[in-house]
Amino acid sequence: MGLEYVRISPGFEKYMPRDYVDLVKYGPFGKQVDVMQMGQFKELVEEHPMCAGCYMAYFIRVFYAALPNPEDTIVLGTAGCARLALSQAAVPFIYGNYGDTNAVASGLKRALSIRFPDKVKDVVVIAGDGGLIDIGFGMTMHSWFRREKFTTIMVDNEVYGNTGGQESGMSPKGIQLKMAPLGKKFDKINAVELAKTAGCVYVARISPTNPKRIAKTIRRAILAARHFGPTFIHAYTSCNIEYSIPTREVLADARKREKQDFKFYEWMTDEVKEFFEELERKEKQEVKK
Amino acid sequence: MPEQRVVEPEYLILEAPRERKFITGSQAFAEAVKRANVDVAIAYPITPQSETMHLVGDLYAQGYVKDYYRAEEEYGAMSAIAGAVRGGARAFTATSGPGLLRGLEAIVSWPGHRIPAVLGIMTRVVNAPLSIQPDNVEIAYLLHSGLVVLHAENQQDVFDFTLAGFVISEKVDVYLPVVVATEGFFVTHAKGYVDLPPEDMKLPPRDPYKAPVPPTDCEIPPARIQRDAPVQKSNFMSYLIHAVWQQEVWSANRRAAKWIKHYLGGLIEVVNPDAEVFIVASGCAAAQGREAQRYATMEGLNVGLVKIKSLRPFPTNELREVLKNAKAVIVPEHNIVGWLAKEVKAAIPNSGIVVDGPRVYGGMTLPVELIMDEIYKAFGIKKEKKTVV
Ligand SMILES: Cc1ncc(C[n+]2csc(CCOP(=O)(O)OP(=O)(O)O)c2C)c(N)n1
Ligand code: SF4
Repeated sequence: MGLEYVRISPGFEKYMPRDYVDLVKYGPFGKQVDVMQMGQFKELVEEHPMCAGCYMAYFIRVFYAALPNPEDTIVLGTAGCARLALSQAAVPFIYGNYGDTNAVASGLKRALSIRFPDKVKDVVVIAGDGGLIDIGFGMTMHSWFRREKFTTIMVDNEVYGNTGGQESGMSPKGIQLKMAPLGKKFDKINAVELAKTAGCVYVARISPTNPKRIAKTIRRAILAARHFGPTFIHAYTSCNIEYSIPTREVLADARKREKQDFKFYEWMTDEVKEFFEELERKEKQEVKK
Repeated sequence: MPEQRVVEPEYLILEAPRERKFITGSQAFAEAVKRANVDVAIAYPITPQSETMHLVGDLYAQGYVKDYYRAEEEYGAMSAIAGAVRGGARAFTATSGPGLLRGLEAIVSWPGHRIPAVLGIMTRVVNAPLSIQPDNVEIAYLLHSGLVVLHAENQQDVFDFTLAGFVISEKVDVYLPVVVATEGFFVTHAKGYVDLPPEDMKLPPRDPYKAPVPPTDCEIPPARIQRDAPVQKSNFMSYLIHAVWQQEVWSANRRAAKWIKHYLGGLIEVVNPDAEVFIVASGCAAAQGREAQRYATMEGLNVGLVKIKSLRPFPTNELREVLKNAKAVIVPEHNIVGWLAKEVKAAIPNSGIVVDGPRVYGGMTLPVELIMDEIYKAFGIKKEKKTVV
């Protein structure tokens, strides 16, 4: 188990960087932290160079706090804003080429399954709308068709943020962006329906207005992928720079979008539903004891 | 499938008894994979590669290879290879011409990610107008990316280079992908004699911890270490990290030379080292060059052959040494751009002795007569050309 490798060998505490000692002592390794306590434990990602007030950065913070098994999780990202924070976290991170995440994750997950058949090794892709639904579309879809057992999280800011605000397939119709000087001519792609059709066993759409719900959704997506097959979360994570949303209004914007087109939606196969019912029943019993 | 026992690479590659078989180049690739203890093979069909990856699929069905699938396309295949290798697996894939170019962005990032794997290349025309024949211009695209590139002359080379390729690529002081290129059809679909070690032996499994960079498997301390995207640190860090990393990749590439010598007997093979005129060639052109050298010798002309087995690392010093007294160097090639002639010219001090050609392209065969014409010219021999109408 990865936890053995997290722990500092006796006698070495005083030689390890403070940051690392704190991570081991006060971080989320080996336990399930409560996202509502964020700020009171050592988080897996702290410093990052994303824009001030970026909601994607907030979502990523919650993502790391929600991991069911951070000591045995590998995160894959790609070109785009998210990787700026993902690469600073204390969880192994793979960055390949733009849009390749779901192919790399397929190979990685298979290798880990061969090498560690009896261990849990969670693989999670977290990438932008451009990365997953434009340039990486084929690889995203085919990883689902092939039933690869990992989680894909699309942090959808409805734009190519990292390259300075161009139209993406997930931008709303009509919106004027760079490379769409007359406005986008087609609809936002329905990623959630595609994921269901392509064979994901758990699919959710979420606007990050409620940290507890984000954490629960992420946990469910990872647990379902561990046991059953591909899972997908479509998260609205606004780009306050390219969409000119004042920082103090990002939450209000997320709420507005939640009412309009990002209403919380969760779908899973019967098998996955039974699994969570059973799991939650057990957890309740534990609490009673 | 026979029970396979793990033996040392030295034994399997250099010492084990060998039995002669008459097989195609595609079969030779598969015979090497069979003995290489491969964890993951990923396939996407393209002529003339498909046959090889079908045979590797059969190996998976028989249990020689642990996981195998048909990818969505080459970019996905090459990216998944990177993922599998970073997860600690030993991996094999192969492609041809357009497939190689489609996968190229992923492939050229393997060296920087330190991905030890073996990539088979069965050459095929890459550009319009369409052809599926074995023009080998695609190899030029592979020479500047840090990969180790071996070029097989025949079915025996395919087997030997591929099996040794896995071992060389995983050497701690190399840790780079190894390309085994050969001409499509001429080698892949034609039969030749191949001496094979027993099939009940295989290489030891990959040990991903014997490595200059750790695998990404959560079995190592999760410090904030990553080998990715320094770009967000600062421009200065970005230049610096990229620069030193590339230097290290190319140093590792040069360090592969000693292992190529150890397992494959050298970066080059020389026939008649005291010759006046040399043919320098790689891959199938070396086979034709070999014939031309034989004809010339029969005609009393002092001609030698240098077969280049390793294009990266390039045998610069070896070529300088062998060619130091040469009067002329003929470089036959299966492409129009003459990438090998350029390499040879850049390697030796007196590049004026290099004859540009003969070259055939579009995947045509390379008649020995074309090489003979250049040999006669080099010796100042005038031959009557008879044109039969
Ligand atoms: C092959 C390739 N094409 C283009 C790019 C340039 N590029 C980098 S990030 C990016 C857009 C990112 O947009 P998205 O994936 O939506 O993520 P965001 O930055 O919005 O989070 C592009 C086009 C690249 N890095 N590689
Ligand atoms: S450009 Fe937009 S999405 Fe990217 S970091 Fe800045 S605010 Fe966030």
